[in-house]
Amino acid sequence: MTKSELIDAVAARGELTKARAELVVSCVFDSMIEAMKAGEGIEIRGFGSISVRPYRPYAGRNPRTGQPVDVPAKRLPFFKVGKELRELVNSSRHLAITGDDDDTPRSSKRNGDKR
Amino acid sequence: MTKSEIVAAVYERVGGFSKKEAADIVELVFETVKETLGRGEKIKISGFGNFVLRDKRQRRGRNPQTGEPLTITERRVLTFKPSQILKSELNPHEDGAEGMDGHADRDSGVDLAAAAPSSHSSPAVVPARSGRNDASHARR
Repeated sequence: MTKSELIDAVAARGELTKARAELVVSCVFDSMIEAMKAGEGIEIRGFGSISVRPYRPYAGRNPRTGQPVDVPAKRLPFFKVGKELRELVNSSRHLAITGDDDDTPRSSKRNGDKR
Repeated sequence: MTKSEIVAAVYERVGGFSKKEAADIVELVFETVKETLGRGEKIKISGFGNFVLRDKRQRRGRNPQTGEPLTITERRVLTFKPSQILKSELNPHEDGAEGMDGHADRDSGVDLAAAAPSSHSSPAVVPARSGRNDASHARR
């Protein structure tokens, strides 16, 4: 499910226009991004939590060429799944995993990012 | 940040909802995401990241407390893969190359080296979320 499919689902189930649903969904994720930028963690009961973890710089390598690369210090979000969602996901094991693969060229937005 | 703060943001910024309605609609967003993942379908939020399901086989592990060997049963787990855009927003002083590259983990060496001399990272990176395509075009 992509963001726009999530917007459609929220619009249908919440009886909102798609435009309103889009504002809501964007606001939810934007406010989480703002919290992370401020170094703040996020905790959603029943869903999970996201913390912002600092990573030290290290000397890495380009796996393709073997050339050494300096990887600078960085902050990355770390998601820890909540108990309820962890169990829900695990109980779906008899179902196939679906959703487009990262490598499929379906989403033009993503391709736009790469250029 | 908790759900109630997200509700407050929706109430204040989107407008037109009562506090109760804002709470219900935020609940619905998370509920829909949860149900979708519970159906075995992944979630892709552009500019934020992907919630991906992975099937793990049974394996031998150890109780980290006691060191005792044990069998970890097969299971399906949820992982979050942050988007390159989110990663560069959290690292505003870094070079912008990473944020513009969908496969930075694999390509970063080449791109960082190629882009480093010319790029002035922060201005290109910061507006990336709102005007993503414009920003990336401007860089090339």
